[in-house]
Amino acid sequence: MTRNYLSEGSEWTFDLIRRYDAAIAEVAAEYGLDTYPRQIEVISSEQMMDAYASVGMPVGYAHWSYGKHFMQVEKAYQRGQMGLAYEVVINSDPCIAYLMEENTMTMQALVIAHAAYGHNSFFKGNYLFKTWTSADAIIDYLVFARNYIRECEERYGEEQVECLLDACHALMTHGVDRYRRPQKLSTHREKARRQEREAYLQAQINDLWRTLPVKNADRESAQPRRFPAEPQENLLYFIEKNAPLLEPWQREVIRIVRKIAQYFYPQRQTQVMNEGWATFWHYNILNTLYDKGLVTDGFMIEFLQSHTNVIYQPPYDSPHYSGINPYCLGYGLFTDIRRICEHPTDEDRRWFPDLAGSDWKKAVDFAMRNFKDESFIAQYLSPKLIRDLRLFQVLDDDRSSELEITAIHDDAGYQAVREALAKQYDLGNREPNIQAYNVDRYGDRSLTLRHIRHDRRPLGDDIDEVLKHVARLWGFTVRLEAEKEDGSVELLKETKKED
Amino acid sequence: MTQIVDRRNHGKNKSAVNRSRFIRRVKRQVKEAVARAVSKRSVTDMDRGDKVSISGRDISEPQFRLGSGGKRGAVHPGNKHFSSGDRVSRPLGGGAGAGGSRPSNSGRGEDDFVFELSREEFLEFFFDELRLPNLVKTQLAAAVDHNRIRAGHSSSGSPMDLNIVRSFRGALGRKISFRSGYAAALQALEEELLAAEESGEDGERIEALREEIATLRQRLATIPFLDTHDLRYNSRIKVVKPSFQAVMFCLMDVSGSMDQAKKDLAKRFFMLLYLFLARSYEKIQVVFIRHHTTALEVDEEQFFYARETGGTVVSSALTLMRDIIRERYPTSDWNIYAAQASDGENWEADCSLCEELLAREIMPLLQYYAYVEITEDEEQSLWQSYERVAQAYPNFAMRRIAGAEDIFPVFGDLFRKEVA
Repeated sequence: MTRNYLSEGSEWTFDLIRRYDAAIAEVAAEYGLDTYPRQIEVISSEQMMDAYASVGMPVGYAHWSYGKHFMQVEKAYQRGQMGLAYEVVINSDPCIAYLMEENTMTMQALVIAHAAYGHNSFFKGNYLFKTWTSADAIIDYLVFARNYIRECEERYGEEQVECLLDACHALMTHGVDRYRRPQKLSTHREKARRQEREAYLQAQINDLWRTLPVKNADRESAQPRRFPAEPQENLLYFIEKNAPLLEPWQREVIRIVRKIAQYFYPQRQTQVMNEGWATFWHYNILNTLYDKGLVTDGFMIEFLQSHTNVIYQPPYDSPHYSGINPYCLGYGLFTDIRRICEHPTDEDRRWFPDLAGSDWKKAVDFAMRNFKDESFIAQYLSPKLIRDLRLFQVLDDDRSSELEITAIHDDAGYQAVREALAKQYDLGNREPNIQAYNVDRYGDRSLTLRHIRHDRRPLGDDIDEVLKHVARLWGFTVRLEAEKEDGSVELLKETKKED
Repeated sequence: MTQIVDRRNHGKNKSAVNRSRFIRRVKRQVKEAVARAVSKRSVTDMDRGDKVSISGRDISEPQFRLGSGGKRGAVHPGNKHFSSGDRVSRPLGGGAGAGGSRPSNSGRGEDDFVFELSREEFLEFFFDELRLPNLVKTQLAAAVDHNRIRAGHSSSGSPMDLNIVRSFRGALGRKISFRSGYAAALQALEEELLAAEESGEDGERIEALREEIATLRQRLATIPFLDTHDLRYNSRIKVVKPSFQAVMFCLMDVSGSMDQAKKDLAKRFFMLLYLFLARSYEKIQVVFIRHHTTALEVDEEQFFYARETGGTVVSSALTLMRDIIRERYPTSDWNIYAAQASDGENWEADCSLCEELLAREIMPLLQYYAYVEITEDEEQSLWQSYERVAQAYPNFAMRRIAGAEDIFPVFGDLFRKEVA
């Protein structure tokens, strides 16, 4: 075999990055990875902390919470609790990936393979990203958002805008459409339609509230049905369209927060897959480079060490345990698909008859394109992987004094563990189901939100604070009810608007 | 297609605006923390930021989340000995990790949020409390800088400082001296070759000569045009701004009537003077003199925190200061500043003595004397005596203060001179 190393030292140069990128691109193309064009940006550690703090938005509007995150990241980084090696990558076209100047050439190559090819191809191929985000328009939209919010600050005062943004952020997780496909984002269209929309919306809302409040006696007859007729899950959307007292600019700000939440929604649903896919490919690509004689043994040892750290899964009783490591699980799943295709066992043939013995490149590509975390695990978690990770299921019921181990990695338990783990990644299970249930249109204009409880799991302690924010947005009294499993309804909290 | 962009010099400090908004949001808490830090610090220790710890409550970002309780199944990795159907007590993992029952986003909660204030941010809050005019704030916050002056040339340095003329002059000299030997030999050989060619005999000799000439030419060509040891750099050395040393006397009444709150206020007064001096003078010594009926030179710790009781004789401190100046700080070498804090009480008969000491002996030695009286009571005899001194000496400033915001005007003249 010929040895033709791209580099031997650990120092990087722009020229070396270019050469590594070209080599990685070649390998990626051989494996059939389809990516957006790449924009690799070399930045300092401080800029990396900026990028972390602004949750991966390359352009963000100003808000104190980002300052808070920045300080947290800075502190963790200074104490060495956190390496900043991986990987901030923006789902945009061209796909922006950051390299930190402090890193060695090996780490730069790892990040290029991981982010600029792995994540990039995931963004381009996965159905959720295809349906819900528009990579070509996001940067434009973020610029528009930042400028719009800055204009608002100039016109209405920083404090007012901050207050509004605080309230919107509190509802951000409940500001996404889960089923309806959003419209494509586009800056100039946004601008052109904004004025029109403002005028139109205000007219709509005026109409909705045209009826003057009537006396209590007439209330029953005057209130033929609930509004909204069907409960609405997108609280921010509901408030943007229906809150009686908001100014047009406030509605626009709500819309901006909502749009950004929507943009990040697919990322929250595909964390395991996305990280797993990127890790799977950086591992395969760099190993291929090694097989081709392009990188040194030293390179491989440094790479493998950091790869091993990334996919380390501490056991449940370790002090470092904080849930399942998405890198580990995702990497395990994709590697397992390849294994099942290439070297299936009898067990695999029974569990994955279609997969065993097929072309692994096609199989992983299919998996990447057509699933989200929940369905991906339900489809592909194999008995072997369950055994390797020694997964087990625990039932925590507050009515029972002890925890119960309901399933482990044995024949009887595989199916149960697989289902349970898949369910664990269903956002619908992780976040409370809260819907805009009713507005008292003819009375005190109060808004009632309803939490539909599942498995008796209550809401956390934040509800007081969140409801204050909702009341600020809505402008009138806000109530939060819980609908229990037996259909009975309990009032959790009522918050009047504070002035 | 891949674009590689160097962004390192773009958009540094992108988070600065978010950071300042965050600090503004927790301003009240930070203020308290800074006040606490100030009272813990030494007077001379003003040139750094500080750690600030604030409670998480004001800066929480609430969201609808699921709480604990109810029925919940969870999958964990790393099973060691459980079998299906086992029942175990809470928490899973025997408490070591306790991770099993912890929600994944445990980043919230009301833990204290600790962050680092930079020196600038710290001073900003300190000045804010003292109500400093903006111009003064920027003056004080500016870090002490050094002048860089030229100091001839050196053989090492940064490319920026390369002195081209000098370097070439050196190179030229080297080239001439290296060449001279070869050049003479070359000329001799060339003449010999010419002679040999003309005579047309001995082809072998001609060939040898040509070869020798070629070697010499090659030697000449290898003499580098510019060699590393030709390079000369402009050498610059750091010198501190031309300045003198200063000594600052802190005088404080520690009789029973000065409580800790008054002392803390006095401390800010001393700190401010120190900050001012720190940017005008390279070397500052601080002398602490505390007094009740007798005066004593002490260290800072004792100065601020030791408690004494008894009457007050201010002249004892002034006498001690005069003696120390005479002994250790000749005015030819030192700029002398004094700051006195007191609650205005003094033994009646002592006041005229103070006036005399100040007017006759001390003021002629001093650059500036600042006196603050921390009291809400009526003016007393010491104040009247001092007023007469102030009339005679424009560099004597005095003021009655009730809070930190009143301190700055005492130094008004000092800063005004500086601004102009």
